[in-house]
Amino acid sequence: MSVRSVRNSLKQATAWRWWEVALLMAAAASWFLLGKHALLLNEIAILALFAVSLDLVLGYAGIVSLGHAAFFGVGAYSAALFAKHVMPDPWLGLALAMAISAAFGALCSLLILRGSDLTRLMVTLGVASILYELANKLSDITGGADGLQGVVMAPLITPFGRFDFDLQGRVAFGYSLTVLVVLLLVARKLVQSPFGVSLKALRDNRLRAASIGLSVNARIAAVYTVAAALAGAAGALTAQTSGFASLDVLDFHRSADVLLVLVIGGTGYLYGGIFGAIALKLLHDWIAAWTPQYWTFWIGLFLVVLMLVGRERLLKPWTWMRRYKGSQP
Amino acid sequence: MLTLLFDGVAYGMLLFVLAVGLAVTLGLMNFINLAHGAFAMAGGYTTVLLMNKMGVPFLATLPIAFIVSAAAGALLERTLYRPMYAKPHLDQVLFSIGLVFMTVAGVDYFIGSQQQIMQLPSYLQGRFDLGAASEYIGIGKYRLFIIVVCAVLTVVLQAVLSRSRFGSRLRAAVDDPRVASGLGIDVNRVFLLTFAVGSGLAGLGGALGAEILGLDPTFPLKFMIYFLIVVSVGGTTTITGPLLAALLLGIADVAGKYYVPKLGAFIVYALMILILVWRPQGLFARGAAK
Repeated sequence: MSVRSVRNSLKQATAWRWWEVALLMAAAASWFLLGKHALLLNEIAILALFAVSLDLVLGYAGIVSLGHAAFFGVGAYSAALFAKHVMPDPWLGLALAMAISAAFGALCSLLILRGSDLTRLMVTLGVASILYELANKLSDITGGADGLQGVVMAPLITPFGRFDFDLQGRVAFGYSLTVLVVLLLVARKLVQSPFGVSLKALRDNRLRAASIGLSVNARIAAVYTVAAALAGAAGALTAQTSGFASLDVLDFHRSADVLLVLVIGGTGYLYGGIFGAIALKLLHDWIAAWTPQYWTFWIGLFLVVLMLVGRERLLKPWTWMRRYKGSQP
Repeated sequence: MLTLLFDGVAYGMLLFVLAVGLAVTLGLMNFINLAHGAFAMAGGYTTVLLMNKMGVPFLATLPIAFIVSAAAGALLERTLYRPMYAKPHLDQVLFSIGLVFMTVAGVDYFIGSQQQIMQLPSYLQGRFDLGAASEYIGIGKYRLFIIVVCAVLTVVLQAVLSRSRFGSRLRAAVDDPRVASGLGIDVNRVFLLTFAVGSGLAGLGGALGAEILGLDPTFPLKFMIYFLIVVSVGGTTTITGPLLAALLLGIADVAGKYYVPKLGAFIVYALMILILVWRPQGLFARGAAK
């Protein structure tokens, strides 16, 4: 291959695809057209951001995590506490929550460098459980099982003027959407950089990546930190737009939900989280309206069936009719 | 002090019986099964319902709990689990989480979300009081019963795994399924049996533990992490590893809850993370990972 063709192929990998542009335009349009559903859309935007964060860890670095809610929770609680005790400005709170989550993520990344998939599962699950216990027991700071109430946000200061958070959630949705898009662009830049490519290399073959001179541990630690910051941002958005932080943000359900989102949307191309979040929230809304108490049963059934037929097939409808060849070695 | 130790041992033994099936599927068959607690719950509910609704004596319900869970395990292994063995770990995790969600919601629907109450027979209630005031030990009869049952089970399991023909077949099938089947071992049947017995043991543990651990539909989620701790800390290559890990966990949990109730489960999780960071293959693993 000549230098030119290499350069072209590299450029092609980072070029904007038409559907990416369409997606961003649809996101912008949704704020103007779907104002009535702003509360639901806000949740979708936050879940999508959370899933993008997990995708960095799972889809790009290949680390299975069952405790991603830990960073979500750290972000949510730090944003809520900051707003309550220090300053109610949303932007500052968001930045601080991201910084704290990133620091916590950097700390945790030391724990996940060694061991097998099982060890990592256990460690991530354990970290989330520890935080859950802490938030539960330190009730004078976090409000314990009652949650942290009375978080009042100051108006949002933007170049277009000051906006108060309203009950219909339009401002909240606009805020979450902006943060999502900005962070998504950052993540896009990141995974298309040489750093992102090296992540894929070590996901596919860690030994080989190490032997061509990539510092595997430093890279995993770096991506884990970035992902923690994004998850923290998602948590902060939740706390800020709902004015509330409870133990629910650290619950096991949340870590499982975000995995489910990624599985529905597909891993390793960054937008899976967004499509998955839209699909899961709509599905959730639909099932919950129909059978509110037992919707987890149907989610469970969906997961089991999906795994049995192979999760990659959900994204490729043209393979549905083909016989499954199986992946036996 | 000694009472605490005794309670911890009883709790640990219980955890061991609950988790040993998982140690086999996870360690030997390399399948991450988060739904193990569901089988334990099946056993627990079998016992409680049989006792409360039909008046079956407690001791008679234990074998039934074993059989019911083992049958459920065998059925699920044959139909759902087997295709999952070759899939990546992430798929297995999601698959078994899905199963957990289904059982939790299903039990909630059919039986109700309230905590189940179990009335122990009178000969298992009360305690023996031993020793003088300074070295007082109170030995709960039921806990003693649990320890005895679990100890017997452990010895039998160890003997089966290391001495019997089935044990050697199982180890062969695990080490290299292809060669084992080439030697005429029906690998699928060995796995099926193992899975069924593991699920049955979990069911038995759930039945025994219904009084101590409590029983409600969220049981598989609540104790999932405990089972996984036992297996991952104990290492999965031997049966004594999980046993020691379970005892350690039981004692640490009981003592932690007694001395520093404010920190609760915090100690257990922190201990687990430390151990796993220090020795990723578990405390008692031999050799390096695959």
